[in-house]
Amino acid sequence: MDRRELARALSSSELITAPARTREPWRVLGVTGSPGVGKSCLVDRIVSNWLSRGEKVAILAIDPSSPVTGGALLGDRMRMASVDAGDNVYFRSIATRNLPGGIPARLNRMVDLLVHEGWTRIIIETVGSGQSEIRIVAVADRLLLVEGPARGDVIQAEKAGVLELADLIVVNKSDLDGADRVADEIRLSLNLSGNEPAPVILCSAETGHGIGELISILDSLPPVRGPAIARARERLLAAHQESLLLHPDFSDVLKSLTEGDISIEDALSILQRG
Amino acid sequence: MATPLRIVIAKPGLDGHDRGAKVVARALRDAGHEVIYTGLRRTPEQIVRIAMDEDAQVVGLSSLSGAHGFLFPKVCELLREAGLDDIVVFGGGIIPERDRPELFEAGVAAIFGPGTTSTEMIEFLEGLEA
Repeated sequence: MDRRELARALSSSELITAPARTREPWRVLGVTGSPGVGKSCLVDRIVSNWLSRGEKVAILAIDPSSPVTGGALLGDRMRMASVDAGDNVYFRSIATRNLPGGIPARLNRMVDLLVHEGWTRIIIETVGSGQSEIRIVAVADRLLLVEGPARGDVIQAEKAGVLELADLIVVNKSDLDGADRVADEIRLSLNLSGNEPAPVILCSAETGHGIGELISILDSLPPVRGPAIARARERLLAAHQESLLLHPDFSDVLKSLTEGDISIEDALSILQRG
Repeated sequence: MATPLRIVIAKPGLDGHDRGAKVVARALRDAGHEVIYTGLRRTPEQIVRIAMDEDAQVVGLSSLSGAHGFLFPKVCELLREAGLDDIVVFGGGIIPERDRPELFEAGVAAIFGPGTTSTEMIEFLEGLEA
């Protein structure tokens, strides 16, 4: 499949016939964190590093669709200078198309296709809306949570959710004041939870500090971290959601629901009929 | 809701002004389309590569530098070479009337200069789908 055929196939899950991928060895890195912490710039650094050691890297960057118009402005690409040249890197912007969890239903199949086509590392950059984004663990083999200094009370912001599922936590912008303190707060919070805590490291996408360490930790993480049941739950929910969305009557049901002709219960019973 | 068009808005060449491109990107987003903005100073080769990778149906080129006479036809030519001649190219920015026939000849489908309403532009793009 050439590059153009790949790009076309990624647009529609019906065009994807690749077999489901295996989870070992790990290939799929999810990158999440609040807006403005520097996810895109960090991803740019990781991509350059992987490219220089001969990996074939695909990046799927997710941005929100407008809930009103359905339109989307997909701007992650402009922050990543490394992705517009070379045969070993592929970048695709993806709009959420208003799916809960911020993960488009076809994402899993897109990753299957990329793996089948020989891409050795796949990075999924999430919308960045914070703790509701745990759906990413349905697709990613490793989850990297990016934090930054000067975000106020980190623990308040995260509470429960992504922090518990992350395999590695990076406090970016280590060149700025306050990064050390944020890292300490996160470590403290994780240590109190009682489970084997995920590593917390400092780095700077701006200066490149800590990127080497980040890469080597990603490679050396144990195969499965985090609560397997949480991952399985997200996978199941993602698959269920996809089956609802792919139901031939979905748009008709949505229309009837919008116009008040049927109830949510009616809608569900139609869509679950098979 | 109809399937959104995927539109690449690009700034080819050495040109640091992208207010217009961003206004266009936002207007297209508000009309329900998915807009990929490339950022400043992209080469024609990069723009074609982006259009291919993003599976775009439309590429919008914005130029205020005066180099449209070279850059716009170059993008059209490279799209054709890549087998992407089904992608519709439109232009905007400061493009004098006298330069336009040559650009249309080269494959640019429409030029929207200052004073164009977003409605005109959106009607043009949505007319493509029909």
